[in-house]
Amino acid sequence: MAMTMGSSGAVYEDDSVRLFALAAVLWGVVGMLVGVIIAAQLTWPELNFGIPWLSYGRLRPLHTNAVIFAFGGCALFATSYHVVQRTCQTKLFAPRLAMFTFWGWQAVIVAAAISLPLGMTQGKEYAELEWPIDLLIAVVWVSYAIVFFGTVGTRKIRHIYVANWFFGSFIIAVALLHIVNSAAMPVSLTKSYSAYAGVQDAMVQWWYGHNAVGFFLTAGFLGMMYYYIPKQAERPVYSYRLSIVHFWALIFTYMWAGPHHLHYTALPDWAQSIGMIFSLVLLAPSWGGMINGIMTLSGAWHKLRDDPILKFLIVSLSFYGMSTFEGPMMSIKTVNALSHYTDWTIGHVHSGALGWVGLISMGALYHLIPRMYGRTEMFSKRAIELHFWVATIGIVLYIAAMWIAGVMQGLMWRAVNPDGTLVYSFVESVKATFPFYVVRLLGGLLYLSGMLLMAWNVVMTVRSGQAKASPIPAVALAHA
Amino acid sequence: MDILYLLIPLSSVLVLGIVGVFAWALHKGQFDDLEGEGERILLDEPQSRKIAPLQESQPV
Repeated sequence: MAMTMGSSGAVYEDDSVRLFALAAVLWGVVGMLVGVIIAAQLTWPELNFGIPWLSYGRLRPLHTNAVIFAFGGCALFATSYHVVQRTCQTKLFAPRLAMFTFWGWQAVIVAAAISLPLGMTQGKEYAELEWPIDLLIAVVWVSYAIVFFGTVGTRKIRHIYVANWFFGSFIIAVALLHIVNSAAMPVSLTKSYSAYAGVQDAMVQWWYGHNAVGFFLTAGFLGMMYYYIPKQAERPVYSYRLSIVHFWALIFTYMWAGPHHLHYTALPDWAQSIGMIFSLVLLAPSWGGMINGIMTLSGAWHKLRDDPILKFLIVSLSFYGMSTFEGPMMSIKTVNALSHYTDWTIGHVHSGALGWVGLISMGALYHLIPRMYGRTEMFSKRAIELHFWVATIGIVLYIAAMWIAGVMQGLMWRAVNPDGTLVYSFVESVKATFPFYVVRLLGGLLYLSGMLLMAWNVVMTVRSGQAKASPIPAVALAHA
Repeated sequence: MDILYLLIPLSSVLVLGIVGVFAWALHKGQFDDLEGEGERILLDEPQSRKIAPLQESQPV
């Protein structure tokens, strides 16, 4: 690997990376705080205070939008802009357009934070925002695609690193999903009706919904994983060949899994079965990728003991493995008959959201932020360590409580007396869930306090560092 | 279920598009060296290889 490492004189365009990284931390705190509030409302409904804007039905989409699109979205923008420049060894294409994506995306987030509590919604899960905001999202997203693919197009390295394939597919798929699912007929500035009706609308919604999980919450964060784990471990990914297979296998199968959200509904039975089969097939590429990431530490496991950032990154993969095992199991129709509409689903989602998406983003940001401010490390390593343990215990409390609550609810709802009448009324299952809601709230509080610790650590890192442009090394590799 | 007449062709066209991109990547030699490319990212920032073992950067 002999090579010269001079500088080409040019510098990377990191202004948008810095802004997005800091915004991700801020929105992480806000989104998780709203999550804790609504977890408390489910436990003690009086916490609505009778105020419509604070009611669960309006705050819940605020929570999901804030954590997925504000926290997760900003983390994806920051890391993809960082990774694409480093792996292509060129500066960001159209940096001013990149700055537009930052301010445009913040405008979307603020508009969501105002319109959702006011009750303006299209009523589509994870796509609640009304049509004017949807249009802004489309404009920002197309700009994002121009910046990202423009950078890939002007790369100085012939090979496109696997992380860029994941980021690229995430950008294209989300554009397609957003435009098809958000098609609507406006009746006023704040109200529109979906272009589809009834079960057709449900099918489009879950084609969107599941692929939003597949491409926004999986492919994008896998891009993060394939760059930041090797960088933090200072070792190449365990098998680069497997990472390529992982990518193509994942994107060929994900598009077809959506119908498993509509088991035992008016959707034709064969469509449900196809959704279930493709969901089961997805287990293979998902676990291939998880093993590939974890095995990157093969022969260097000791690093996991000393490096809290690696703990975040590697444990996130174990949650990725857990939720990509659980997901296919829950898509089996007989299992789904028990789990659907119960809190098991909530537990599954948060195993992926808190465990996989949250921890991988935090690990990547802990790696990225000091380097964006002329440092090699965060201000306090001990705070990262503490954050890791607080967050992990929080996740375990959260998902264990929801598993037990979910299975219990499913069993109570299906229990029948010998004469065919139901053993339990619905409200009895709600009452039985109360202690688990308290445990869930505790788990959420722990996770939020970890995020607050991170925010403090980031502020201290930024204050003691300096935003400096880093030089692009001259390309001088023998096999370039 | 008329919507399936939209979604299935749409997904199929997408898969064909993905096949096209895969063929392009293969043809362009993107996957010719599947060992070296994984290592290259570790070399892109000179300072990143000189990071000392993590230490506490305390106190203020």
